[in-house]
Amino acid sequence: MSGHAPEAVKKHVKIYVAVFAALATLTVVTVAVSYLHLPLRKAVVVALAIATVKASLVALFFMHLISERKVIFSILALTLIFFLALLTLPFLSS
Amino acid sequence: MSSLIRYISKPHPVTGVTNAKLGTWCFLASEVMLFGGLFSTYVLLRTGASHWPRGSELLNVPLATLNTLILITSSVTMVMSWASLAMKDFPKYRFYMASTILLGLAFLGVKSFEYGSKFSHHHFPSTDPFYAIYFTLTGLHGLHVLGGIIVNTYFLFPGSALWRTEPEQFTGRIECAGLYWHFVDLVWIFLFPVLYLL
Repeated sequence: MSGHAPEAVKKHVKIYVAVFAALATLTVVTVAVSYLHLPLRKAVVVALAIATVKASLVALFFMHLISERKVIFSILALTLIFFLALLTLPFLSS
Repeated sequence: MSSLIRYISKPHPVTGVTNAKLGTWCFLASEVMLFGGLFSTYVLLRTGASHWPRGSELLNVPLATLNTLILITSSVTMVMSWASLAMKDFPKYRFYMASTILLGLAFLGVKSFEYGSKFSHHHFPSTDPFYAIYFTLTGLHGLHVLGGIIVNTYFLFPGSALWRTEPEQFTGRIECAGLYWHFVDLVWIFLFPVLYLL
């Protein structure tokens, strides 16, 4: 991304503002949903779904993953496999 | 230095990215595993407990919401500091980088207030498993914010001298610092609902 032309970066700036608005809105939505006092299982699914959307927005646009090279995705895919394995461990023990 | 470590401002012909960026992503992968281990611990503690409190019953949700908004805003100012350099506007870079640092400090200020409130009510990491994992996760995250502030402050003051001699390399450094800062924001995006709302 550091090699991008100034004109292209100017277009990015508009996207950054839109992403910020989306992140702020989703933060309010997360808190609002928590006041609905959903059953725990549903609350976990909704909260993590919103958090995943927010995290994707940050990773895609602020971390420039949307225009990133294959090698970075390879690293992330490997990381994701190990991360999911880590999260599965507690369930294996029970 | 640039003759010793190659491809720090130009993409490597094999990977298509600079070595600096590749290294930063590898570092972030290790960070995912660090926080992943603690998230896994959280799941283990929570699923194994006979009773687990809802975070909103014990923690200050409005303050944490404010902190979430502060960190999200700081992510925007951070990416804007990189965009300003890409548009060759150094004064704007300084403005946005200084804003990022101040927002980071504001985040830590709010967090310190929260911690102070917990300590005054005699809630410590040793109180119960909930507070143990709460203080561990938020404490480690807070240290990451502090680390980011230190790096960003270096790039705002002495480190910015590189802009005059190697602007492309300096822009790459800010992009890498940004990757780290956004990662710290990303971790908080999950910590907030997991600890405070569920």
